[in-house]
Amino acid sequence: MTNDLARWQFATTSIYHFLFVPVTIGLAFLVALLQTAWYRNEKPEYRRLTKFFGTLLVINVAVGVVTGLVQEFEFGMNWSAYSKFVGDVFGAPLAMEGLAAFFLESTFLGLWLFGWGRLPKRVHLACIWLVAAGTMLSAMFILAANSWMQHPVGYALNSHGQPELNNIGALFTNPTFLWGYVHVILASLVTGSLVMLAVSAWYLRKQREVATFAHSARISVIVLLPVILLQMFVGNKLGEIETTYQPAKIAAAEAQWENCQPCSFSAFQIGGGKNDKTPTQVIEIPHLLSVLATGTWNGAVVGLNQLQKEDEKKYGPGNYVPDVFIQYWSMRLMAYLGTLIALLALWGGWLVHKGSLERSKWFLRLSIWAIVTPFLMNTAGWLLTENGRQPWIVQGLMKTINANSPSVTSTDIWISLVAFVAIYIALGAADLTLMLRYSRKGLGDDQEGETDATATPALTY
Amino acid sequence: MLHLHTLWFVIIAVLWVGFFVLEGFDFGVGVLHTIVGRTEGERQTAISTIGPWWDGNEVWLIVAGAGTFAAFPAWYATMFSALYLALLLVLAALMARGVALEYTRKSEDPRWRRTWTWCATLGSLLIPLLLGVGLGDLLAGLPINSSHEYTGNFFDLLTPYGLWTGLTLLGLCLLHGATFLKLRTTDQLRERAASLARPLAWAAIALVVGFVIWTRSITAGPDVPDPVEILAVIAVLFAARLATSDHDGWAFTASAIAIAATVGSIFINLSPNVMISSTNAAYNLTVSNAASGGYALKVMTIVTVILFPIVLLYQGWSFHVFRGRLKAPPAAEPPPAPIGAAPPA
Repeated sequence: MTNDLARWQFATTSIYHFLFVPVTIGLAFLVALLQTAWYRNEKPEYRRLTKFFGTLLVINVAVGVVTGLVQEFEFGMNWSAYSKFVGDVFGAPLAMEGLAAFFLESTFLGLWLFGWGRLPKRVHLACIWLVAAGTMLSAMFILAANSWMQHPVGYALNSHGQPELNNIGALFTNPTFLWGYVHVILASLVTGSLVMLAVSAWYLRKQREVATFAHSARISVIVLLPVILLQMFVGNKLGEIETTYQPAKIAAAEAQWENCQPCSFSAFQIGGGKNDKTPTQVIEIPHLLSVLATGTWNGAVVGLNQLQKEDEKKYGPGNYVPDVFIQYWSMRLMAYLGTLIALLALWGGWLVHKGSLERSKWFLRLSIWAIVTPFLMNTAGWLLTENGRQPWIVQGLMKTINANSPSVTSTDIWISLVAFVAIYIALGAADLTLMLRYSRKGLGDDQEGETDATATPALTY
Repeated sequence: MLHLHTLWFVIIAVLWVGFFVLEGFDFGVGVLHTIVGRTEGERQTAISTIGPWWDGNEVWLIVAGAGTFAAFPAWYATMFSALYLALLLVLAALMARGVALEYTRKSEDPRWRRTWTWCATLGSLLIPLLLGVGLGDLLAGLPINSSHEYTGNFFDLLTPYGLWTGLTLLGLCLLHGATFLKLRTTDQLRERAASLARPLAWAAIALVVGFVIWTRSITAGPDVPDPVEILAVIAVLFAARLATSDHDGWAFTASAIAIAATVGSIFINLSPNVMISSTNAAYNLTVSNAASGGYALKVMTIVTVILFPIVLLYQGWSFHVFRGRLKAPPAAEPPPAPIGAAPPA
């Protein structure tokens, strides 16, 4: 019970946190691009766009940062047994994240926000690029830590049976990390460019500031198109890596109970809840699962039944199959929405090529609605990754059931869960209010050197 | 020979000291900005003195936490799970305050502003108080069993010494905020900050002297205060002396030293323990029994030696860039949507 509550709390807080993270990473990069364009061509509309999307970035960062604090504390508060067991390895990338990324991000964001008209233009531009770099560095360390939980490397068990770090380089050359990190960065760029595209499309549909928002719509499509196509390749490659190191994760994502060769992919299934082994699979596409999981036309996929038997032999009795229903559907949600976004991006790319992006009613209309898809895809991706590792918290080393804090009671976790949910609803409402207000407010006036919206008019720094 | 785990204990202590010296004035400004600022324009000016910096200052706390996780996993695990509900309150306060500092002035709606101003004020008050209670508890001792698990409940966290430590750190943060505001503003704002600094300094003297005497009575060492404790007392006396003078920079320096010496003394008295067990001294968590292995500490040391000086350089540069004083807009100029309170003087 306590363990389940701790899991609910971690899932709730980390999914919520990750609604904001990719927007921050993606938008920071795009705002830096806009400001670079302004630095080079000195056209005022790029400066106005930089400030406009910069304000949205700041509104979003506020909640992203404070919900990140919860993640940092939560390991020790709810998962003390885990923290004590793996701190030797897992703590290092977290501490490095603070030193290398958080200081960079927060200091230069302050300099950027308050430095308009005060810092030389070139230095001010460098500040936003350092913020963008900080956000990507932060993701790097977190992904290195998380990938170690998926596929532990660079350690040896000490005399107490605890993992001790013996090769820090291995954490950053871990194949799960390399592909997982690129996957997350691309997902963040997809998120950022879809947010920018949706906001720009809304203005274009309303016929407001058309000349200016046509620029940002074009830039977001130009970023989105290569990124989403690359993402489909990288996501597929990550699937192959996971088939090697965490076969149950991928077998469960396809509800593949029996061994198969070649393996087909089902478009939908009916049933399959509570690890029911006989769902009705609809529209089977031959060979596709072999290609996705192994990268070969006739590759073999080991089914969950055999994986369960092998794990029981290796680790003793227990259930080693993750929740198949969550795996199956989160994989599909991610893949299908990704495909739709790729089609949208191709369409957008063609419109940019023709020079008629700002006049295409249906493309703009769809682009506004597309803003919800990255959040669904990002959440589905993490569900697939984290649920697919169960019953392990660290694959093969420690089970989730043994990882929570022994001294923390169910009551404690209930109190904190309710508190976090209440606070998160309030923060989400405030964030959404401001995001919508500032998105609709229009571009700022055209004077150069005025302070940012967050700075006060009378500041004489 | 210096053990790496001893070095890491020093690094963690330095991070906590740095956090309280830097974010200490943020907390003080967060609490005091509605008192020194009587018009909306003045409040806005007062809170803007920390605008570019507070977020970077908070990172010192995050790195102290993450550094503890990496270098002393057992300490991190026991401390964070033992202080569970206290840390929940700290998190709630950190979240409310952090978002408030960004959001308050993003809307003109008086209710919005009032709500977020309360969040900023209360958050700034609660965080140093609660963290102080937690740090005091490390030294006062908590019920911890032989497997380093906390066996008490929430009320066992409210040790009298811990509460006094919390009040002491809160008092010092308020004083530090007042000397900071005095250093960073002009005219009436500066005068009001100075007149607040005076009584705050007297309160801080009482708190720090009480803290030193109490610390002497609960620790095993001699009854004579050690040099760092004496430094804390002298610095807070200087801060009181300088509070109403024209030496704004020195007054701020004095409050910074007072806060640094007070936080530093907690870690000096704690060493070589990191958490004291009130159940049995044999169950204490120590610098050696809570530490990570040699390789992990070595890697972390190399990374810190390379990165930390760079961080200090650019954070220092940011302080340099925004070093000028802020002037509140003239009271005649109607500020956007004033929050009730007293009319402009």
